[in-house]
Amino acid sequence: MAVTVAHIPEKIRRQTSWTATLRGYLFILPVVLGLIIWTFGPMVASAYYSFTDYKIIFPAGFVGAKNYINLFTRDKQFINSLSVTIRYAIMFVALGQVTCLALAVLLTQKVRGMDFFRTFFYLPIIVPYVASSVLWKYLYNKEFGPIDGFLELLGLPAVNWLGSQDTVLLALVLMSVWSSATTTIIYVAGLQHIPEELLDAAKIDGGNGVQRFIYVTMPMLSPTIFFNVVTAVIGAFQFFTPAFIMTEGGPAKATYFYNYNLYEKAFKWLEMGYASAMAWVLFAIILFLTFLIFRSSPLWVYYDGEVR
Amino acid sequence: MKIRSSVRSAVSGAYQRPGLRMEMVRKAAIYGLLILGVGVFMLPLIVMVSTSLKSFTEINSYPPSFLPKKLIFTNYAEALVYRDTMFPRWTFNTIFIIGAILPGVVISSSLCAYGFARMTFPGRDLWFMLVLGSIMLPPQVTLIPLYILFYKIGWLNTFAPLIIPAWFGGGAINIFLLRQFYMQIPRELDEAAIIDGAGFMTIWWRIYVPLGRPALISVALLTILGNWNDFFGPLMYLNTPDNYTLALGLNAFRNYFPLLPRTDYLMAIATLMVLPMILMFLLAQRYIVQGFVTSGLKG
Repeated sequence: MAVTVAHIPEKIRRQTSWTATLRGYLFILPVVLGLIIWTFGPMVASAYYSFTDYKIIFPAGFVGAKNYINLFTRDKQFINSLSVTIRYAIMFVALGQVTCLALAVLLTQKVRGMDFFRTFFYLPIIVPYVASSVLWKYLYNKEFGPIDGFLELLGLPAVNWLGSQDTVLLALVLMSVWSSATTTIIYVAGLQHIPEELLDAAKIDGGNGVQRFIYVTMPMLSPTIFFNVVTAVIGAFQFFTPAFIMTEGGPAKATYFYNYNLYEKAFKWLEMGYASAMAWVLFAIILFLTFLIFRSSPLWVYYDGEVR
Repeated sequence: MKIRSSVRSAVSGAYQRPGLRMEMVRKAAIYGLLILGVGVFMLPLIVMVSTSLKSFTEINSYPPSFLPKKLIFTNYAEALVYRDTMFPRWTFNTIFIIGAILPGVVISSSLCAYGFARMTFPGRDLWFMLVLGSIMLPPQVTLIPLYILFYKIGWLNTFAPLIIPAWFGGGAINIFLLRQFYMQIPRELDEAAIIDGAGFMTIWWRIYVPLGRPALISVALLTILGNWNDFFGPLMYLNTPDNYTLALGLNAFRNYFPLLPRTDYLMAIATLMVLPMILMFLLAQRYIVQGFVTSGLKG
């Protein structure tokens, strides 16, 4: 027995040797190789392409920063797609976070049968974007769509949801909010993590429901809000499928999202160099926005154990 | 005693009755909101199924009906064999791709997660940061070079670009999700196994794979869901109809009706595509929800 015990420290000590290092890397080898082959290598290539006029059929010629300069000075479609995406992102973040948080508050009330109700609210996450795009295109249809049919039954004017530049972004935002149950799920988990004692203490101190929500729930939930906002902003910049299927970027390029523009530049016009520059600008924008949200977070994100 | 208890009940009764009524009003309001919310959230799916069972004339007539006047189940049969569509083939392709991805994701993400959770070696934390950092990278940055790479090695219009990369770690989020779970498994189990002479592969296979089963199920289900629904990947790499997945097939199906869409057929196919995922969700909601929660907790 004593021999066995004496052996353990030696075995653990041996783990720091080069065999242990080798063994460690053997376990994480898939992802190390994966990152090198599918991420870092392509990143280097993409950075290089972005300084060339590469068009897949012709060899790449180095053009310096021309792609980047053209993007910001000559390309009206670039500015438009950026503006479309930012407007969508603002609407989606605002409407989506408020809706999902409100739903999460509702779904964490202590009443019987809540699990049963939650299932229905979570269900839209499993609907593929292709199917929901086909579905919502019909829902929004001006002539035969159920939404306008319902509005007309109420005596309200029909809305040309996808056909008008004024409503098309809102229409896509509403559809996205319907599909963003993941956000609701994360808020529900966040709300469930708030210690009961804190809310009880506030109750004893005479805080009403609204006060408890503002002074206890919101600060405790702020890291979750922070995460969901960052995810939503990044998601908005990845938005593609519904615009591709439902509106094809229209009407009049009102839903020509950044990602859609990039896709067409690369795979319709084969301007691989130019599209690579767009991808890096997108990365820079996402980094910048995440950084902004990060920097602003001390103002509104409260982490456990922090003294205020 | 008797007096005291009656006094107490009178006092508490007077005290409780308005509270009780408030509580009932509150519960009624919650159930009201819940039912309203379920109605709103389920309405699109109800319309989808309902429309898939309507006759073509009913869909295009005014005023619109909510439920079909007559159930036309033949819509499904007709949609599935419409002209030169290949829905059985597209379904098979989708299942084949998922079947080829799934073991790769499960095995490689679990191995990597174990390495990150339980082994000590120089560079481990750096690589873990790189794995997490790669989540932030928009896929567009690597999209073009990968497309060119797959073009040059002849992988375009094959399933390889969708399958092979999944075997390399199975996705950063999955590694993160499993690592979080593995960190909670007591180290004493490893130490006991080491004393018994077990190697690290044995420890992984005999302790971490079985004990980590709930997390592994989450990973597997999210992988199935993500690939069943994936549109952009197949759109990039598959271009002849015989290679389409269901998602591409449904998109192609739209274009069979350039003027007046056969909404009944489209909704029938959409319903068929959603149905297996709904069943999976209803059967394994716990694992799917837990998967979303854990991958969302890193914030």
